[in-house]
Amino acid sequence: MKKVYKIDVDCANCARKMEIAANETEGVKKAVVNFMTLKMEVEFEEGVDPKAVMPVVLENCKKVEDECEIFF
Amino acid sequence: MSKKQKKMLKRILISSALMIVLGFLPLEGILKFALYMVPYYIIGHDILRKAFLGVKNKQMFDESFLMAVATVGAIILGEYTEGVAVMLFFQIGEWFQSYAVGKSRRNISQLMDIRPDYANIEDESGNLEQVDPDEVAIGTVIVVQPGEKVPIDGVVTEGTSTLNTSALTGESLPRDVEEGDEIISGCINMTGLLRIRTTKEFGESTVSKILDMVENASSRKSRSENFISKFAHYYTPIVCYSALALAFIPPVVLMVLGRPAMWGTWIYRALTFLVISCPCALVISIPLSFFAGIGGASNAGVLVKGSNYLEALAYTKYVVFDKTGTMTQGVFEVAGIHHRQMEEEKLLEYAAHAESYSSHPISKSIQKAYGALVDMNRVSDVQEIGGHGIVAKVDGMEVLAGNGKLMDKYGIEYIPCEEAGTVVHIAVGGKFAGHILISDLIKPTAKQAISDLKKIGIKKTVMLTGDARTVAENVARELNIDRVHSELLPGDKVDKVEELLSAKGEKENLVFVGDGINDAPVLSRADIGIAMGAMGSDAAIEAADVVLMDDDPMKIAKAIKIAKKCVGIVYQNIYFAIGVKVLCLILGAVGIANMWLAIFSDVGVMVIAVLNAIRALNVKNL
Repeated sequence: MKKVYKIDVDCANCARKMEIAANETEGVKKAVVNFMTLKMEVEFEEGVDPKAVMPVVLENCKKVEDECEIFF
Repeated sequence: MSKKQKKMLKRILISSALMIVLGFLPLEGILKFALYMVPYYIIGHDILRKAFLGVKNKQMFDESFLMAVATVGAIILGEYTEGVAVMLFFQIGEWFQSYAVGKSRRNISQLMDIRPDYANIEDESGNLEQVDPDEVAIGTVIVVQPGEKVPIDGVVTEGTSTLNTSALTGESLPRDVEEGDEIISGCINMTGLLRIRTTKEFGESTVSKILDMVENASSRKSRSENFISKFAHYYTPIVCYSALALAFIPPVVLMVLGRPAMWGTWIYRALTFLVISCPCALVISIPLSFFAGIGGASNAGVLVKGSNYLEALAYTKYVVFDKTGTMTQGVFEVAGIHHRQMEEEKLLEYAAHAESYSSHPISKSIQKAYGALVDMNRVSDVQEIGGHGIVAKVDGMEVLAGNGKLMDKYGIEYIPCEEAGTVVHIAVGGKFAGHILISDLIKPTAKQAISDLKKIGIKKTVMLTGDARTVAENVARELNIDRVHSELLPGDKVDKVEELLSAKGEKENLVFVGDGINDAPVLSRADIGIAMGAMGSDAAIEAADVVLMDDDPMKIAKAIKIAKKCVGIVYQNIYFAIGVKVLCLILGAVGIANMWLAIFSDVGVMVIAVLNAIRALNVKNL
């Protein structure tokens, strides 16, 4: 399943770090951060609940870039 | 300016003012330190906090960390002015970057401001009600008032008007529509009230598809972007360890040699190293260039589905076209009926009936020439043979309508046509009955399009068509196309493209331009597929990587030029940024570059790279 979330982040390098962090989160198959449109496209693993995964994604992103935000 | 930017600007201005005042005061000792700490705290407290959090979360090598170490280091060495200035310039750079990115983000979204917010539906008493376009079912009649955007694709059922299609096609010429015309969403209705029966859902309408395409475009990353990601991954740690080595190894070696260690000098050089090392200029400017390039292209009516395609387009060396609908208008007219063995009307009647189930432009032109209504009940057993024609029973008689190959297949003797055009041979009851000559007009800009392509260094232009040789060669000669392959079945086109693909060099890309359902496999097989949008089939648009919104073949060269400009800017930035950084690193290591030069190589380079990247947005004069 694929979902697109609006995000807020200040710099391109931070967006890159968010992408890496999101990809390393369990339950995420592939995440692509688009800094220009401020969107994150997340493809989830089979059978996981995005509502359960997204808070973890946000938490991991905050670890690498504490001023980022994901709206879900 | 956003709230954050305003706040940051205030911090920058206050600390700059403080620095200027402090510069004029004769300060010494602890008082000097304390006073310089005020602007340092104002400008840098968030960076210090981030650096601390980074270390705590094991994310050491980010720019906050670098800046914190470099400035704290400078202050410990007693270089207060430099320490604060580095932080100040770093923040100015960050502020500028965020401002520039925000501005180009807004510019591009303005260009793409075609999303309709509502659709009007009329209730029984004639009042208009605004509803969410998502909720409008197929077949609903919607009302579009002058000045409003057409929200959903459909057919005009009532009214005439002029449409402004520039947001979609980049074409400033308005288009007239009247009852019965198809209308695509995203156009602006300029003059009259229109009632439109929708033929698609909002999500499937042109405007949604375009927005979807452009918004997702920069998620498909180009090779250059991936290169930078990898580069940053290795580069930052390497520079950090080099800085560490620079701070400790030379002094230790000097000590071993029994000379003064000069710890201060070497640590200062190491800190300079750290300031230079930030990869921001590259990390921001490359995606920004592609984003701006894609935005500029969509403003010119060229939709690019991803940064990777824009990049690939810049290396185009071969352009392969489909003929009908791409180089020609795809509007056919019956130009003559030759060698008929029966009444002209009778021949047309058979032809029109046999072709009545086909939506091919050729069969439409025959229907048009026939004029009267086709009685579907008289037609049965219709069989379409791809690349040949149609076999059907009309009034119980077997009617063949198609090219020479169809006649050969059924063993019917026929008279070939000498004139250029598409020939539909008709056989009734197993006997040749004559042929209908149909001609297609070449697009007025087609010739210019080919010469434009030659001018920008395309090695070879090739035309592929299912049409007869005479027609194909005529068109090719008129347009100056290098090679032409005619009488191809849909599958043959793929083979021909495969052939060309295997013959070309590695860094030479092949573009295929087409519009029909048959073209979808070729579009996906080519390095880059370009579809003609306004006339193209959904399958073609789906399979293509680039869509030309207004069917103008001149846009092919324009798209390539936009891509070249964009990729050129990307390379300028890569060479410039890496070049300046490496130079400054060397100068810093041997002690020629001081902290000020280091700041330039970080912030200055980033500002220049960002400004350069924004140039990609301007594609007007290409």
